[in-house]
Amino acid sequence: MPLVVPMNTVDTIIAPATPPGEGGVAIVRISGADALSALLCYFTPTTTVLPLESHRLYYGLLRDPSGCVIDEVMAVHMLAPHTYTREDVVEIQCHGGHQVVKSILDLYRAYGLRLAGPGEFTFRAYMNGRLDLSQAEAVASLIHSKTDSSRRLALAQIDGALSREIYSFTAILKQVLILVEAWIDFPEEDLPAEDVEEISTSITQAISKIQIITGSYGFGRVLTEGASILLIGQPNAGKSSLLNALLGEERAIVTAIPGTTRDLLEEGLVINGVPVRLIDTAGLCESVDPVEVEGIRRAEKSLSQTDLVLWVVDANRESTAGDDYIYSRLSSLPTFQVFTKIDICGDPDSSNPGNFPQYRVSSKTGDGLEGLRDAISDFLVGGGGALTESVMLTEQRHYEALLLCLGSLERASGSLAVDASLEFLALDLREALGSLGQISGETVTEDILDGIFSGFCIGK
Amino acid sequence: MGGYDKDYQVIVVGAGHAGCEAALASARMGCSTLLLTIGLDTVAQMSCNPSIGGLAKGHLVHEIDALGGEMGLNIDATGIQFRRLNTRKGPAVRAARAQADRMAYSARMKNVIEAEPLLDLKQGLVEELLVEKGRIVGVKIREGLAFYGKTVVLTTGTFMRGLIHVGLNHFAGGRAGEPSAEGISGSLSALGLRVGRLKTGTPARLSARSIDFSKLEKQPGDKLIKPFSFMTEKITRKQVDCYIAETNEMTHQIIRNNLNKSPLFAGVIEGIGPRYCPSIEDKVVRFPDKKSHQSFLEPEGIVGSEMYPSGLSTSLPPDVQLAYFRSMVGFERVEIMRPGYAIEYDFVEPLQLKATLETRVVAGLFHAGQINGTSGYEEAAGQGILAGINAARQCQDREPVIIGRDEGYLGVMVDDLITQPTTDPYRMFTSRSEYRLLLREDNADQRLTELGREVGLVSDVRWKMFQEKQEQVDAATQILKTKSVTSADRTAVNLLNLGELKSGLSLESLLRRPELSLKQLEDICPELGAFSPQALEQVEIAVKYEGYIKRQLEQVERYRLQEDINMPGDIDYDEIPSLSTEVREKLKKTLPISLGQAGRIQGVTPAAIAVIQIYLRKKHHV
Repeated sequence: MPLVVPMNTVDTIIAPATPPGEGGVAIVRISGADALSALLCYFTPTTTVLPLESHRLYYGLLRDPSGCVIDEVMAVHMLAPHTYTREDVVEIQCHGGHQVVKSILDLYRAYGLRLAGPGEFTFRAYMNGRLDLSQAEAVASLIHSKTDSSRRLALAQIDGALSREIYSFTAILKQVLILVEAWIDFPEEDLPAEDVEEISTSITQAISKIQIITGSYGFGRVLTEGASILLIGQPNAGKSSLLNALLGEERAIVTAIPGTTRDLLEEGLVINGVPVRLIDTAGLCESVDPVEVEGIRRAEKSLSQTDLVLWVVDANRESTAGDDYIYSRLSSLPTFQVFTKIDICGDPDSSNPGNFPQYRVSSKTGDGLEGLRDAISDFLVGGGGALTESVMLTEQRHYEALLLCLGSLERASGSLAVDASLEFLALDLREALGSLGQISGETVTEDILDGIFSGFCIGK
Repeated sequence: MGGYDKDYQVIVVGAGHAGCEAALASARMGCSTLLLTIGLDTVAQMSCNPSIGGLAKGHLVHEIDALGGEMGLNIDATGIQFRRLNTRKGPAVRAARAQADRMAYSARMKNVIEAEPLLDLKQGLVEELLVEKGRIVGVKIREGLAFYGKTVVLTTGTFMRGLIHVGLNHFAGGRAGEPSAEGISGSLSALGLRVGRLKTGTPARLSARSIDFSKLEKQPGDKLIKPFSFMTEKITRKQVDCYIAETNEMTHQIIRNNLNKSPLFAGVIEGIGPRYCPSIEDKVVRFPDKKSHQSFLEPEGIVGSEMYPSGLSTSLPPDVQLAYFRSMVGFERVEIMRPGYAIEYDFVEPLQLKATLETRVVAGLFHAGQINGTSGYEEAAGQGILAGINAARQCQDREPVIIGRDEGYLGVMVDDLITQPTTDPYRMFTSRSEYRLLLREDNADQRLTELGREVGLVSDVRWKMFQEKQEQVDAATQILKTKSVTSADRTAVNLLNLGELKSGLSLESLLRRPELSLKQLEDICPELGAFSPQALEQVEIAVKYEGYIKRQLEQVERYRLQEDINMPGDIDYDEIPSLSTEVREKLKKTLPISLGQAGRIQGVTPAAIAVIQIYLRKKHHV
């Protein structure tokens, strides 16, 4: 069942052109005949001079179909042939970070662009005569090694919990397809009665299982993108000191005056092998100082996108209304409560209504920091310490495949709901299994026939 | 040994379902053709069950018919019970099936062949293939004569080194009562072709007068018969009933007690049998929890007493066969007229074929039917017509005819055969097609009749009928698009129970509603009544299933991206960088004709395909 789109030079493809999670700016590249129209569909430039000129960078907003702004971006479109692929190319420079890039990819996937395969831009560059012959061979082996290594990685995961899950719902879907195909191809055999109810249950089950897995995708990406950890606390609770202690060098301006950190301060570091972006905030409190208010507003905004919150509490101070306020904002977020300054006083008020894990540290002496680091890395990657960055790269394609699979299953559900004949259901089920096959490398047709003949007594 | 003084363009060996279509095709295309058969009395013999069609097989018959083949016409003329399957499912998986009067089927086909001006039908058992410098030049028969021809189509069925097993007795034979052909596979092996062994089987034939039909459930055919062939207007032959019998635990016990007498279980049989057609002993052993197995009891003709009990093929000894039949209700006093048997035979691995069904090793030698590891009359006939067409095209120095996977089950079958290793006898299923919704019985003519016309198989009469149908489809579509219904048309609104219409609706958009059929639209738009039901069916399917059809067409478009990239004949896989040795070997063995086909070879990865694509482009520039 060749349902996978083969590498070609016909459709328009999209992919991030910068490595995931690195730097403040990311570039998303689009190549193919629809590149410019795809850009213009969602990009509103600030310039009023239209049409946009080729090979010129424009500033503007990228909006989703409902008009909501996805990001402020710089965009350039380059008309063929003076481009890398010798096709029309668009590059969108957006803010770095996983969420923005993902939103842009999602936007254009829905628009009808296809996610490029490994090495596919280079493949097109060659196919369109951009590269010379000696380079071509290099490209060939590049594509080969990239694709092969992702296959090896896919295989390496076969024993993992994720793979077991994928196999389990592959099995469910295969079982459903076996029944459906048997009903279609062997109407004269005495097969079990057609039970659409049961099929519907199986498909719903598979959908929810896959949704759980796609939901966990964000967790896996921590390793490539870096997890974001937000430091929250009342002014002067010691957030910046903790940041510096974890970082090992003086970065934030640390004074005893509350509200010194007025903006978000972001630092990248590696905690026990896990890349982390530590974000210091202005503190979270009800303030009237306009500068401070702005800082607080930004802190609140980042809350929802964070992987972990460190709620920094001065061990030497009584709990106040400010703490209650912070608590009210954190109660549903993954949070560690970190008591600082234990070198001054070791006996904090540790009342803990949110049941947050609690840690006690001294940024000055380093006490407790080791334990906090371990707890952070454990929390972020859990038992997945053996995962490597390259596994996560593969994961992105897995994620893509699972989303396609979900789409097919939802259509299958729709077919069932309108009582469509079984061959229409089969079309979607095959597509779903085809998408899963991109992860597992399994083919469909033979397995299904085997399943039919081993499961049912068929033969005239 | 003498040589026959007439030089043929095409010599077809074997006059079964493959051979008949091959010979008719090449003769009708203007090539002098010889059809050689072991026995003139068994032309187009139904060796196993006396029926044609069923899911996917019915589709194949429609495609053969659309190309201008004979099978559809032959079953329409000799069918004694027609049943359309899956009528409650969608149009793509509805299929025709018919019981044939076996003798009439064979006799009619023989008559058609005898009447074909450029076709000579002769009896003769081929013993040796004559090859010169890698090219076939003729065949030698046991009776002491050599026939010379430009091309040869081998359709050996189960006859190559056929070995019949009845219990632990076995003897050479190509079919019960007929000799085997012992020489050909030796010839083929000597030419460097890999020969393997397969097995199949057939049940006993029972005497109708010894069966108590009053104890069996009757299964009548359809009242309203839809013929197989585009050309057939009406089925005129007398129709009969089938019956349903059932095995029981006693039957199974008898079989279990005698497994040691089955050559299958005693390990005497080495050939691999078909998965989808296990013997009754296989079924009893593999599905011990099943208390009863169904058997359709099919008459083999209007005249004659033989009944075919489907699903009960066996290689157990005749006394055991009799005992288990007699344990079944209605069969208490049954008499066996011919015992069931298993047969092993040689086949030639079809991976060694080109997409034209010509062998790679011997130019001009084509294979069709069971010699390619397939089973089934329809599969055989389908390969037969393709091999006949391509042998004739070669004689005429014209481009070969290759049908795509998106154009027909014929294309799916040939592509599967030449890219996938044979694990058991190959049978067609609709699930083998990726584009099932497009490959329907009802549109076989639209898919293939133009091709049939181009090669010279479609008669003027058929071509005219086909064009008329196409014109009707276009005209009816136009009416649906342009005519509309508004709230003012009270009669229409009431007749169709439409409720309030905000604005005028075209008939086409009304037809999209699941609850409305084209038949109902005829009530409000009498013009539609002027079109043939076949034309209206096409229009209705196109509108009702538009969304699904569009999706499949998009899939076809993606498939064509690589399918349309031809692999040059002189491609050197050793020269392509960074292909693994395994992939290289597979490609060298299979020699795919297109990039798409290369991708379907087991073990050839998408990455390898990208690499080959780059290499091809580079070659082009060099």
